[in-house]
Amino acid sequence: MSETQNLTYNYRVVKQFSIMTVVWGIVGMTVGVIIAAQLFFPDMTFGIEYLSFGRLRPLHTNAVIFAFGGSALMGTSLYVVQRTCQAPLISNALAAFVFWGWQVVIVLAAITLPMGITSSKEYAELEWPIDILIAVVWVAYAILFFGTIAKRRTSHIYVANWFYGAFILAVALLHIVNSAAIPVTLTKSYSAYGGAIDAMVQWWYGHNAVGFFLTAGFLGMMYYFIPKQAERPVYSYRLSIVHFWALIATYMWAGPHHLHYTALPNWTQSIGMAFSLILLAPSWGGMINGIMTLSGAWHKLRTDPILKFLIVSLSFYGMSTFEGPMMAIKTVNALSHYTDWTIGHVHSGALGWVAFVTIGAMYYLIPKLYGRKEMVSIDLINIHFWVSTIGVVLYISSMWIAGVMQGLMWRAVNADGTLTYSFVESVNTTYPFYAIRLVGGILFLTGMLIMAYNTVKTIQAGPETDSQI
Amino acid sequence: MSDFWSWWIIIIAVANIAGCWALLYWTRRMKDSESEDETTGHVYDGIQEYNNPLPKWWLNMFNICLVFSVVYLVLYPGLGNFPGLLGWTQEGQHKEEVAAAKATYAPLFAKYASTPIADLSKIKQATEMGKRIFVNTCFGCHGSDARGNPGYPNLTDNDWLYGGSPETIEQSILNGRRGMMPPFGAVFNAEQIDGLVQYVGRLSGHKVDSSKAAIGQTLFNQQCFVCHGANGKGNQALGAPNLTDNTWLYGGSATSIAETIRKGRNGVMPAHKDLLGTEKAHLVAAYVYSLSNQE
Repeated sequence: MSETQNLTYNYRVVKQFSIMTVVWGIVGMTVGVIIAAQLFFPDMTFGIEYLSFGRLRPLHTNAVIFAFGGSALMGTSLYVVQRTCQAPLISNALAAFVFWGWQVVIVLAAITLPMGITSSKEYAELEWPIDILIAVVWVAYAILFFGTIAKRRTSHIYVANWFYGAFILAVALLHIVNSAAIPVTLTKSYSAYGGAIDAMVQWWYGHNAVGFFLTAGFLGMMYYFIPKQAERPVYSYRLSIVHFWALIATYMWAGPHHLHYTALPNWTQSIGMAFSLILLAPSWGGMINGIMTLSGAWHKLRTDPILKFLIVSLSFYGMSTFEGPMMAIKTVNALSHYTDWTIGHVHSGALGWVAFVTIGAMYYLIPKLYGRKEMVSIDLINIHFWVSTIGVVLYISSMWIAGVMQGLMWRAVNADGTLTYSFVESVNTTYPFYAIRLVGGILFLTGMLIMAYNTVKTIQAGPETDSQI
Repeated sequence: MSDFWSWWIIIIAVANIAGCWALLYWTRRMKDSESEDETTGHVYDGIQEYNNPLPKWWLNMFNICLVFSVVYLVLYPGLGNFPGLLGWTQEGQHKEEVAAAKATYAPLFAKYASTPIADLSKIKQATEMGKRIFVNTCFGCHGSDARGNPGYPNLTDNDWLYGGSPETIEQSILNGRRGMMPPFGAVFNAEQIDGLVQYVGRLSGHKVDSSKAAIGQTLFNQQCFVCHGANGKGNQALGAPNLTDNTWLYGGSATSIAETIRKGRNGVMPAHKDLLGTEKAHLVAAYVYSLSNQE
């Protein structure tokens, strides 16, 4: 095969991002566990402002999405683009800049968010100087990625790179448009948009951050690591064409479903709902292509815990991309909106899909980067799989029940038309589910710690003499 | 929205839906793999690709989603200025639901509208209705248990800023109240404020420094008596609190009292006439009255 040519790929940046994926995963999920605990023990952090829920929650979301997810995407994309284009990165200096620049962004986020410095836009809380740094790092990343594609030695561009490429371009567009702001001081700015337009721009960003960061990017990851780990050809080339173009075209419309029954104009809400429903099909296209890649090799699922992670991630992906369009239907949304159901939905995607596919990919990648065939302990991967699967299931099922219950309690009326329950009663009834969610979160975090141990041991074990990457 | 933007939206949305169908049509015409093992011939880092046809059930699902969306956008507002065949709007839906609720529930509220509040407060069904409105309207400031919060009066202790007669309570709900304690930070120096703090504390029976309190008493009788009265028992016509009952709206510590004197306080109870309407306000008044007038 042609790819056995002797090329010196840049694995340094891939190693750096891979290690930081594990580190930031633990950090972000630890903060998640703390805020989940705060909902059960409200006085847990003694009223210290820097540790209050409102300050830590954006730290959690930024850490898991942009630090954990971002490191995973940048690391794997720079690995995949080199391997599938048979071309080394165009510049090692640029690669180092992207890695260190991104780490600086994360550290700045970890400092400013607990201090209460925020633009108050969800998932885009960082203030304007950090936003500018993000834009610069991102453009450097785009140049590195697309420059490498331009230098490729293969005639076609592999499907994983389409998805990574769409993710990089769309996130640049989303970040720059949504973060446009008028600075007042170094730590304070006002959005360039006002009122309902600001809300729409924010959720156009917010939903496409899910669509392009947490979906397209990780589909790119899926398209490389599943066929690699399964050692099977991808199921259908044409399916990848259809679901890629349909997915990226349709996602862009879906944002308004976050603003049903608000000051947003009627037409915007309806069109958002219609396209959210269409989105079900292209989303499932990716799931089918990934899972069916395993057809003919189903037995591997029994013995290979990495494949378990990868295939179960697609099951969660399919589940949450079914749930999402359903929740975008106005009548369903009227019940689910503002409840913990939304939190459950997000975590079925974020833990079940994003984290699982990342974990699977890292278990494939890390030993290869360090000259080994596989992680030192396959048993620990297996334990990690089961601990985190139980964690996710506890998390999302408790939030489903809590969310539907809250929605029903808020809308229940007495025979005289007055509301049956006060808000506090719905909070009170949710307590046991917050406890279950906390247990789920702790289990998931425990899995990450097991992974960290296994990773350290694997790196310490050093290269195997007969191994080749 | 202008015609330009309306058509802009219509054209892009329709093109996007049509584009999905075009994709499906185009890939259907691609050559199938002739045998199960035939790949596209591309190899990327050892990864090959089959070119299996799109699964039938998935194609059907895609088509159903697209058809549903087209039908939805014909019936409901979505394509620019086109209002949809059903003429549905969220504002219209809200108006309809409110009108339907009014028609159903109005007789229940009308039944109690002319009953005096004092009598109403003894009718269980009426106070229950009032309570349900209270815990979903007033709870944000007064708490679900009506025991108040700093700055927001406790409604269960029979201590009233504006008076606790049924009529006064109803007036407070319907028209709101504005309690204003002016700031005296520029009028008194630190020693004088400390004196006032000691004196006001003594009025409520706190242990204080009596020489300081004497300074405060003189100042009180020059300035504060206007609203709070010479004996400090307050004035319900102004909403000026009684300072002798050891009930404190903004806190009774020396620090809190000093802050109140220095910076003043602004208490606002918003008017609820438009929000609740007179009939519901009447029931809430009965519930609030019942809290401190239990048998």
